[in-house]
Amino acid sequence: MNGGLATAKPGTLFIAQLRRELTSTLRSLAEALNPLVFLFLAITLFALGAGGDPETLGAYAPAIIWVLVLLANQLSLEAMFRRDFEDGTLEQLLLLARPLFIPILAKVCAQWCVTGLAMTLLSPIAAMMLYLPLDALGVTMLTLLTGSPAITLIGAVGAALTVGLRRGGVLLALLVLPLFVPTLIFGAGAIMQAVAGMGTSAQIYWLMAISMLSLTIGPFAVQAALRISLEQ
Amino acid sequence: MTLKEFWHRLGSPRWFYQISGPFGWVFGSLAMALLVIGTYWGLAVAPPDYQQGNSFRIIYVHVPSAILAQSAYMLMGAAGLVLLVWRMKLADMVLAATVPFGMSMTALALFTGAVWGKPTWGAWWVWDARTTSMLVLLFLYIGLYALRQAVPRQEAAGRACAVLAVVGVVNIPIIKYSVDWWLTLHQGATFKLTESPSMPPEMWLPLLVNVLGFYCFFGANLVGRLRLEILRREHGTAWVQELMAGGRT
Repeated sequence: MNGGLATAKPGTLFIAQLRRELTSTLRSLAEALNPLVFLFLAITLFALGAGGDPETLGAYAPAIIWVLVLLANQLSLEAMFRRDFEDGTLEQLLLLARPLFIPILAKVCAQWCVTGLAMTLLSPIAAMMLYLPLDALGVTMLTLLTGSPAITLIGAVGAALTVGLRRGGVLLALLVLPLFVPTLIFGAGAIMQAVAGMGTSAQIYWLMAISMLSLTIGPFAVQAALRISLEQ
Repeated sequence: MTLKEFWHRLGSPRWFYQISGPFGWVFGSLAMALLVIGTYWGLAVAPPDYQQGNSFRIIYVHVPSAILAQSAYMLMGAAGLVLLVWRMKLADMVLAATVPFGMSMTALALFTGAVWGKPTWGAWWVWDARTTSMLVLLFLYIGLYALRQAVPRQEAAGRACAVLAVVGVVNIPIIKYSVDWWLTLHQGATFKLTESPSMPPEMWLPLLVNVLGFYCFFGANLVGRLRLEILRREHGTAWVQELMAGGRT
């Protein structure tokens, strides 16, 4: 790393890091798209398993969408730091003579763009595949938009803790899925409320609050976890 | 000795080993006495519940184990923070020693809950708010246990667990609250716990004794495990060699 990064303004550093992450994502686009493909594949499996019955699928659509979004996110997390860990970039990053809040935030942001944001944008298709009532479409997107940053941030802590381990995959799921419980409850709960025609602002506020809390604590936990993982 | 001095001394596992011997005994005998009294009192002397009959008596195991399951996790969060901030060796050992205890307490609370639920609710398992948060807590414990097993280097494993424990402690209130919320969404008035919120003293006094007994048991268990852990980790040092060679310190 050159001296420029150590003294750069936070904004410059954020944009530089974000651009790097997005470029490297674009260069291996197939890998980045895998979680999205998984999402729709699993929805198809659910539909097949339920016999394609609109009523059954519609009733369970909020739960199916949210659980599958969590699982797809979790699958993508394993790769979040993996390549940078293997080629030494992560080590260079940790040598920066400044707190890593900004670079980590940029990394999380890039990860969120290809998972949380992409899933939010694609969720209308998922909702229609599962016969979710159209009135609940807006709320579905809103819950995903407000809840997915928390998922990526919490997941990043787990990914950072397991990045150096040989078989981190299942362990990562075990570590982060219990921590996703509140997000799942408020997210799926809000959609169900919307289907029933009730107000959903409380859940949305909760999702935002959880995302904000994760945003303030998450990057520090990721930084601590990365330092531990790289010491091994 | 001032508190600050005590804090500094805690940094030395050797010092802790030397002073902690009596604590194990004190906690152990207190636990034994309290648990025998509380359990006998609760099972044999306390009056049966006017609605649940004798099946309520399982609370004398169920409630203490549930309380201990949560206290143990809080302790781990505190130990994790101490380890991350001050790198105190003893804190890592507390983390390592508490996981199995907390995990078994959580499992015991879930099991006794199921045993009680069968005659009372008519089902072994009900997605009740408290049951659910206990189950999530069990998963958090298992995660900590698995992480420690998976990380090859001991020191790194300890600090990785510390990060996870701290993140877990921040999350537990949110999980608890969200699960309570979820219950109010899903559940009408299907089940009600006993209507009387306040028990008579002859019922809750033995419970209190048992809770204290469980805490003492936890203390004895923790001290014992810590002492063994200290010996195991410091086995290369001169003082442990000397100790093993014969003389008591």
